[in-house]
Amino acid sequence: MKELVVISGKGGTGKTSIVAAFAALAASKVLADCDVDAADLHLVLDPNIRQREVFTGGSVARIKIEECERCDICRNLCRFDAIDDNFRIDEIACEGCGVCHDACQYGAIELATKTAGEWYISETRHGMMVHAKLGIAEENSGKLVSLVRTQARKIAAENRLELVIIDGSPGIGCPVIASMTGVDLALAVTEPTLSGIHDLERVAGLAKHFGNRLAVCVNKWDINPEMTGRIENWCRREGLAVAGKIAFDPIVTRAQIAGVSVIEYSSGSAALEIKKVWRRIAREMELENIA
Amino acid sequence: MKIAITASGKDMNANVDPRFGRAAGFVIYDTELKTSEYVANTQNVNAVQGAGIQSARLISGTGAKVLITGHCGPKAFTALNAAGIKIFTGANGSVREAVMKFATGNLAEAGGADVKGHWA
Amino acid sequence: MNEDLIVAVASGKGGTGKTTVAVNMAAALSRAQFSVRLVDCDVEEPNAHIFLKTVMTSRESAVVPVPVVDEEKCDGCGKCGDVCRFSAIIALGTKAITFPALCHGCGGCVMACPKKAITESSREIGAIEKGVSQGIEFIQGYLKIGEAMSPPLIRAVKKQAVGDGVTIIDAPPGTSCPVIQAIRGSDYVILVTEPTPFGLHDLDLAVETVRQIGIPFGVVVNRAGIGDARTHDYCAVQDIPIIGEIRDDRRIAEAYSRGELVIDALPQLGKEFLGIFGRAASGARKREDDPQ
Repeated sequence: MKELVVISGKGGTGKTSIVAAFAALAASKVLADCDVDAADLHLVLDPNIRQREVFTGGSVARIKIEECERCDICRNLCRFDAIDDNFRIDEIACEGCGVCHDACQYGAIELATKTAGEWYISETRHGMMVHAKLGIAEENSGKLVSLVRTQARKIAAENRLELVIIDGSPGIGCPVIASMTGVDLALAVTEPTLSGIHDLERVAGLAKHFGNRLAVCVNKWDINPEMTGRIENWCRREGLAVAGKIAFDPIVTRAQIAGVSVIEYSSGSAALEIKKVWRRIAREMELENIA
Repeated sequence: MKIAITASGKDMNANVDPRFGRAAGFVIYDTELKTSEYVANTQNVNAVQGAGIQSARLISGTGAKVLITGHCGPKAFTALNAAGIKIFTGANGSVREAVMKFATGNLAEAGGADVKGHWA
Repeated sequence: MNEDLIVAVASGKGGTGKTTVAVNMAAALSRAQFSVRLVDCDVEEPNAHIFLKTVMTSRESAVVPVPVVDEEKCDGCGKCGDVCRFSAIIALGTKAITFPALCHGCGGCVMACPKKAITESSREIGAIEKGVSQGIEFIQGYLKIGEAMSPPLIRAVKKQAVGDGVTIIDAPPGTSCPVIQAIRGSDYVILVTEPTPFGLHDLDLAVETVRQIGIPFGVVVNRAGIGDARTHDYCAVQDIPIIGEIRDDRRIAEAYSRGELVIDALPQLGKEFLGIFGRAASGARKREDDPQ
């Protein structure tokens, strides 16, 4: 079993549309939507939820106000400004470190486990999919990402599927790290803009930091052909595989509105270019079932 | 001497769980008394972070001096090392087979982590 | 002209034009003689400086406290590991060892150690850079590559953003802790979206987030015309004001790709961004003594 993660650094470069297209193209795979913070893949894959589980995250302090003597020790010790003048816990600011709980002489503070979201195993017209919904304003998205990946790998192993395709999240922080450590290949979808290049450099730095193989695909390349050339040259210098480029095509948005992948929606140029990218990725990963 | 083996079930016939930090549990085998007991790893399977470190703490508490598992990440390796527990990776099959391999010198002692952190 | 106001620009989905709105609004305000400060809190991928061509004048590292064990004093009692909820310190019958990457900097272990063997040093998680360009005071955070926790850096960046005038915060995308850290304490949140199913779905999540924090907000629809009418319908049903619309225009995308301001490429749009700010300012909550 192999794992492919699609990431982007910068948001909105077309990562999820490309994952949806790969879902339609790959023969033997499980999908894992690890963009748990703002998951969109289900909008295209229309999953049928077969299993629904609660995700518990970290801890949060609770003050039993009737037992609180207002001695102020907790407020002085808390480094996250999570306890207000009225000894109410600001659950968003609270890190769950337990310093207040340990210090309270009156036993007025308890540490509770937070329900931080849900995760699902679903069936889609393109096979099984594991996805999740992180509660609003929650932390520990990295842990939820790990959980989604673990479940997807389990399904792949049980059903002898060749590939796990992971839709990563934007940025370079905790959820991205959790979605890319140990994968066989990371595909960065970028766009030919100065911001896109800046963010690609950061994400490539992250891949290097964690020892990941990285391939790059330039989406909407014709918005700025000169910038596209710069990205391709940069990739060559850095020894990164260029998995192809995809021209700007309004079809991509129209497919999204129709709730299907580009591949299912059209056989136009964007669909052809994405197919080419897919074939190159499949070759790069030495997949047997290319479809 | 006590040996801890990551296990997906409760006795010597269970399979070795390839994970350390998030292993289902540990079979603790005593090489002198030839007895085994099971320690569940419930708390750490779903730990937010530091599962490997807390699992190291758990088996250190059992008095085990050797750990047999599939893979071991860098933080767990550091913690096990500090606790003076020797690590043997690459085990598979049943717990009994893994102990046999260890006893006959067919498992190699790990000189460092063999997987990156966050791998599962 | 002076108006004390903090406006955060956020979006559920990335790449909808959050930075475009933030930088063009800041530049338009500056040119209209407002005193403006732009704070880039998208510390994982800070991009605002690209458009403002900011020359940085200072850089300081942002640090979090981490424990250091004095091995002479440590007797391996393990109390530090008992109190640490993050597994960042542990003693297994010997001297305590630390895992700085897991540390949240709560100080619990320092307090728990009976031998006073633990002190704190600092670990760098990124940098805070400052500069000025086009009359805009500029502050940004840069998360170090490989570093997982951005909220402490965002907190540190915001602490630097003090003073009179208009403060515009460019928030990271999403709905989880980094976003909350960035938008808290603002007087108004502008949610930038695009009229597509992905844009709408993530807008809905962002709306839920901002409502939970209780800050007034409005929506800017970017690339208007590319998708369908569902975003407008949603805002109408939810009673959310649409405080601006930026038509889809390839010239905007091209200017963006070169790292240029929209109001330079298409000067007629300058008043659009001033209008967005004006509507945000009139919808903003009134501040008396705000803690942040």
